[in-house]
Amino acid sequence: MIGMSTRHILLGLLATGPSHGYDLKRRHDERFPQARPLAYGQVYTTLQRLVRDGLAEVEGTDSDGGPERTMYRATEKGTSELARWAAEIAPPAPFVTNEIFAKVVVAILAGGAPAAYLSAQRAAHMERMRELTAVKAAQSADLATVLSADYALNHLDADLRWMNTTAARLATLTAEVDAA
Amino acid sequence: MSRPVPVLTASGLVKAHGRTTALRGASIELGAGEILAVTGPSGSGKSTLLHCLAGIVRPDDGSVTYDGRRLEDLPEKRLSELRRTEFGVVFQFGQLIPELTALDNVALPLLLAGTGRAGARERAGEWLERFGVRGQRDLRPGEMSGGQAQRAALARALVTGPRVVFADEPTGALDSLASEQVMTALVHTAREAGTAVLLITHDAQVAAYADREVQLRDGAVAQLGVTA
Repeated sequence: MIGMSTRHILLGLLATGPSHGYDLKRRHDERFPQARPLAYGQVYTTLQRLVRDGLAEVEGTDSDGGPERTMYRATEKGTSELARWAAEIAPPAPFVTNEIFAKVVVAILAGGAPAAYLSAQRAAHMERMRELTAVKAAQSADLATVLSADYALNHLDADLRWMNTTAARLATLTAEVDAA
Repeated sequence: MSRPVPVLTASGLVKAHGRTTALRGASIELGAGEILAVTGPSGSGKSTLLHCLAGIVRPDDGSVTYDGRRLEDLPEKRLSELRRTEFGVVFQFGQLIPELTALDNVALPLLLAGTGRAGARERAGEWLERFGVRGQRDLRPGEMSGGQAQRAALARALVTGPRVVFADEPTGALDSLASEQVMTALVHTAREAGTAVLLITHDAQVAAYADREVQLRDGAVAQLGVTA
């Protein structure tokens, strides 16, 4: 969920009706259990920007016996922006492989141990995959948790396959890097 | 986390098939109740290792110790008794008997061990239930989905209460959801029964169900961080 647009997530949560910042934070954290919990400050800053850009507006205040809270709702412009974003495909970009690849090449250049690095990185990936599998296999896991664990597992698995192939091609890669 | 007491230990296993050496000094330890994944590229010796550990194949050199007994010292008769009572085995294709229903397939190991027919069928039904395929009890393997047949095969491997289950690519022929159901059922049931599992797989997502992973490379265990 890194890099996911908080603006659009909040707009999406507002699609079900007006809401205040605290409630939006709570619903975000519930709905996206694998994402980093939102900080209150981030929620309020994002709401202010949505208002500034005409995507949301202040609906009024609600005290409900407690402290006064500002209620927000999505504007028509916000609703169409949300629809546009929801239909837009995410760039099919590689994830961590760039960094891993950079480290492998640097290890070759610096006369280090790229195979040992790949092996250690692979072990770290496997450890994270075991954690995610345990989260997903727990009987208390709801579908949102299972799906976000599936997503992370499939990406880590893709990295892992790439690392295996790279490890198998290390001799060729080393020869190429050294020759360049 | 401290490692459990080993139930099965192999040291320095060597095994050649004709001119091809499948194992070159592989050593491995399986803890009691532990779920251990053995991964590695094709041809790294994974299946040969399983066959040696399960006493199906005798290594050319090295030793396998189960519960304090060296398998190579046991006569064939004792070894096959050990395989029948203490070990369970599942392969990529569960190798259920096609003419028998799921229930009779699972009851079979109990019948061979001398359990009466009614008792064997009752226990077989309970094990099918644990694997979520009781509803398929009267179907023959060809009438079940791949995932259902594989869960019935696991029920058959566990019905005698073995201490160790050997699973060689048990999800190799399944799609990801069926694979998930098989692995969840295997892990839950093995943990409940305290059964150790040696799981051979080339799939990292399947290996992630295990407590620990050992990687084979060229017939030996690859050490973490050591260049091959």
